[in-house]
Amino acid sequence: MDKHVIETRQLSLFYGAFQALTNIDLNIGERRITALIGPSGCGKSTLVRVFNRMNDLIEGVSVTGSVVVQGENIYKPDTDLITLRRKVGMVFQRPNPFPLSVYKNITFGLEIHRKGSNVEFPNIVEQSLRNVLLWDDLKDRLEDSAMRLTLEQQQRLCIARVLAMKPQIILMDEPCSALDPIATLKIEELMQQLKKEYTIVIVTHNMQQAARASDFTAFLYLGQVIEYGETKRIFAAPTEKQTEDYITGRFG
Amino acid sequence: MERHFQKELESLKTTLVKMGSVVEENLGEAIRSALEKDADLASKVVEKDKRVDALEIENDNAIIDLLALQQPLASDLRFILAALKINNDLERIGDHAVNIAQSALVLCKLTDAVTIDEIPKMAAITKAMLKDALDGFILLDPIKAKGVLTKDDEIDNLNRDVAKKVIELVKNNSRTIECGLELNRVSRNLERVGDLATNIAEEVIFHTQARVVKHHAEEKKVPPENDAK
Repeated sequence: MDKHVIETRQLSLFYGAFQALTNIDLNIGERRITALIGPSGCGKSTLVRVFNRMNDLIEGVSVTGSVVVQGENIYKPDTDLITLRRKVGMVFQRPNPFPLSVYKNITFGLEIHRKGSNVEFPNIVEQSLRNVLLWDDLKDRLEDSAMRLTLEQQQRLCIARVLAMKPQIILMDEPCSALDPIATLKIEELMQQLKKEYTIVIVTHNMQQAARASDFTAFLYLGQVIEYGETKRIFAAPTEKQTEDYITGRFG
Repeated sequence: MERHFQKELESLKTTLVKMGSVVEENLGEAIRSALEKDADLASKVVEKDKRVDALEIENDNAIIDLLALQQPLASDLRFILAALKINNDLERIGDHAVNIAQSALVLCKLTDAVTIDEIPKMAAITKAMLKDALDGFILLDPIKAKGVLTKDDEIDNLNRDVAKKVIELVKNNSRTIECGLELNRVSRNLERVGDLATNIAEEVIFHTQARVVKHHAEEKKVPPENDAK
């Protein structure tokens, strides 16, 4: 069995009095792509944001149970959130590059975290852009504003920005929903490259994307994990009726 | 919410069921034409097989469209894969019915025709197997389908018995060679129908229970790796 890099036990999350996640026990395998699927409001985005405590930014959030990331319970009071978020990077739905140059987009985090010296920056920039297959396209445009890139390039740049911080886990919340089908396939290909070194958790509305791109799939409904297993099993022969109904479009 | 896709799946199933009933009828008439030496009925079977071939193509096209346009998943995917194979199996059974009818046409012309008791027995069992396999498909009933699998050995044994009897027959009376060959041919075609009905039953189990029972796959299977949970 895979080594687990994220383990949740009896995880529940509340927005004030509203319970958004209920008793979630989930193990995420190392260097695997794990997809979280389910209808809108099922808690999949909430769950992925638990893994680097992005939900802390929302007022009134409370969490019970435990979330262990690489052996450490990240909801311990003395958790260093900056370190956590460097280790567990995130890519969002809409590409959100900083309104800075391509180069500065990648070095911005390094400067804030004082990672590496300025002498190392050019190498890190090149390596990060190479990893997302942008280097050949952008090596002569490093000083251009990131806002002038295509949406797909912007999303790749956002991934490169995460990679520059040397994370171990990359969370992706609907990373392709603003992209056209060709750009989507390219990002999915990139994910296959990245999983050789990183653990990826992706939230997606697009079931075909989960089927194509992930190794494991968790189906969430009303804040609970209804079924979790190898993607090829979930999409060929799910055991839970709710999963079957959802992925065959008979839901509701 | 009922999707258009579901209606298309239903329509594929309806056409397959229709094809199944034509094939069932053809097999029954082919057998009757051979047992009762009815040349008119035999010719009718040969003619009606064109309808089966047309339905096979219609189903093939519907399946290609569903796979290409709808990207089916889970039980929908298993249904379409099962339908693809059942479509093929039914068409083959149709061909075997034609073979039996052609033997019937030869038997009708022979003056030294003899009978072998095992053949009507085989015919009854294979017809029942096909009926149960198709009922299993229509009713989504894996238990009915499983019953079909247990009968195939019986057919195989009867087929061997027929072959032995044919050898005895032609040894004792060389004038029965032609008849013996045709009876053996009928028996072999019935045996193949039994195999194909078994295949259909296996596909019904795959569709309804996501289990692969052909070639005793479940008994041979190495236990799968546990899911990550």
